[in-house]
Amino acid sequence: MDTTTFIIIAAIKIALVVFVMLTGVAYTTWLERKLIGRIQNRWGPTRVGPFGLLQPLADGIKFILKEDMIPDNVHKGLFILAPMLALAMSLISIAVIPFGNTITVGGHTTALQISGVTHSGNAISDINIGLLIILGVTSIGVYGVALAGWSSNSKYSLLGSLRASAQMISYELALGLSLVGILLLSGTLSLRGIVESQSGTWFWHVPKWYIFPQFIGFFIYLLAAFAETNRIPFDLPEAETELVAGYHTEYSSMKFAMFFMAEYVNMFTVACLASLLFFGGWHGPTLAFLPPILQSLLPVLWFALKVFFFIFLYIWIRGTLPRFRYDQLMAFGWKFLLPLAIANIIVTSFIVAWRG
Amino acid sequence: MVPLSWYLILSAILFCLGVFGFLLKRNIITIFMSIELMLNAVNLSFVAFANYWNTHAPAGGKIIPLSGHAFVFFVMVVAAAEAAVGLAIIISVFRTRETLNVDRVNLLKL
Amino acid sequence: MTHQLLFIVFGLICVAGAINLLVQRHPISSALSLVVVMASLALIYLLLGAEFVAAIQVIVYAGAIMVLFVFVIMLLNAGAEERTRGSRIALFIGVPGVIVLAGTVGWLLMAGGSHMGSVSLNSSSGSSSFGDTHAIANLLFRNFLLPFEITSVLILIAIMGAVVLGKKEG
Repeated sequence: MDTTTFIIIAAIKIALVVFVMLTGVAYTTWLERKLIGRIQNRWGPTRVGPFGLLQPLADGIKFILKEDMIPDNVHKGLFILAPMLALAMSLISIAVIPFGNTITVGGHTTALQISGVTHSGNAISDINIGLLIILGVTSIGVYGVALAGWSSNSKYSLLGSLRASAQMISYELALGLSLVGILLLSGTLSLRGIVESQSGTWFWHVPKWYIFPQFIGFFIYLLAAFAETNRIPFDLPEAETELVAGYHTEYSSMKFAMFFMAEYVNMFTVACLASLLFFGGWHGPTLAFLPPILQSLLPVLWFALKVFFFIFLYIWIRGTLPRFRYDQLMAFGWKFLLPLAIANIIVTSFIVAWRG
Repeated sequence: MVPLSWYLILSAILFCLGVFGFLLKRNIITIFMSIELMLNAVNLSFVAFANYWNTHAPAGGKIIPLSGHAFVFFVMVVAAAEAAVGLAIIISVFRTRETLNVDRVNLLKL
Repeated sequence: MTHQLLFIVFGLICVAGAINLLVQRHPISSALSLVVVMASLALIYLLLGAEFVAAIQVIVYAGAIMVLFVFVIMLLNAGAEERTRGSRIALFIGVPGVIVLAGTVGWLLMAGGSHMGSVSLNSSSGSSSFGDTHAIANLLFRNFLLPFEITSVLILIAIMGAVVLGKKEG
């Protein structure tokens, strides 16, 4: 297809994905408040709209209309840059995530992935290093947290942000190493390639998902991802806002909303990665009686169900577990998860080499 | 097509800016960052030559084109190790001298 | 044409970031300009077909080493730089020396540049798996195995050194 068609289709894909992502983020906040409320034996939001479904809209209007304050002695450039950096890095990771195979609308075939390009014969070429791009973008996201605390010109913000960023870079190691087991089994860094290598079934219709050989890797990945996204049980940097101060203490309205959205988009990225790498992505039962366009959207539905399961798991754990103390948190990351991840790599590589 | 010499000139410019920073700045952390800039400039040269040897390789297999990338890997590893130890030294110096200006730490006596 | 345009844009961003590193008084602004330089260098590596090296540059250099620099600057709470008299030797011999060196290298490259040929956007000639992770891994673990193991020992030494140097007295 020629260049202008390509650009138009890419722009449509980007707009659609960002819209769906931001709406998903807004309704994840609703889901979280409802579920946490039910776990704690109370109703969640019920007043605004049926079942409180318009609560995210009300929150959005509140954020837009609130006064956007910038305190006096802050470093203005970095103060405004930090939340934008955090949100931008969260949204960039969505660009390499594949949602399905191809979809054909009005004679134009395109891959269900922002960075995927179709060739003739429905072959899709992906970015060769998709997984490394997600890890790289996560590393740059640490700057958003660190600069937010420092530019706020407040001792407690600085200490909170240093703690949060130290936590994030410590758990990045365990995160990266837990994914090496998957790379040994699949042999490729491209996300679409990893999902394709999980197709097929073993005996008794058990699908060849990587959760089965790599259950330890999955456990490490989940814990490291919880720490990366600063969620309970690892959310001491955020809980500090309840106690003394945290890195987003001096932020109000729209900038605070950007940090908030960045956290939820990070949760979505982690959930998407977990379902792509460990649960076979968009593989699921295919229903042959559907028209072709619905058939190409059915994998997206399976993918969305798996992502929803992980978001539910995030919220469920938030309602159930207490949070770690900071020294317990760092000791857990360095002294338990990192050696376990390395042991996982050693065992996996032995088994892969032994099977020839 | 971009001539190879353009990449090498960019690498030389970055390297010279790194040397200027090393000679002219007075804050020890900025001097350290100029060293990192010099290392990055050299990495750019390695990668440019790796691409060049890939397409213009002389016969005989004596030059492995991708060895440029492997060397960049080693340079990054050494830079990481040096950054860790260097920053630990800077923190120790700061604890005793209370200053980060190199002109104030030029005597062994406190 | 696109190749040249992209190279000029990212090259200018690199040089602007490097000059900003020299010009800024506060070390945190210098650190952030260096992050910009490293990110644009990663994009230039992508132009040169080095996809794995570009990813490693972002993950290791811009995402870990520079975060360490930013941490230290924040912890030590270093203020803006004060003007003190620098070393005279550095000023009167170093700066002209570097200018002479840069001028010589630049003139040599501009004069003989056409002999050297050009780099390609990696489309037709050369193997299509250039810069691929598999190829680099083969190279690192076969031809360069000994330097690889030595660098891992080097990192271990650096970790131990940093831990020992960072301990408080008593």
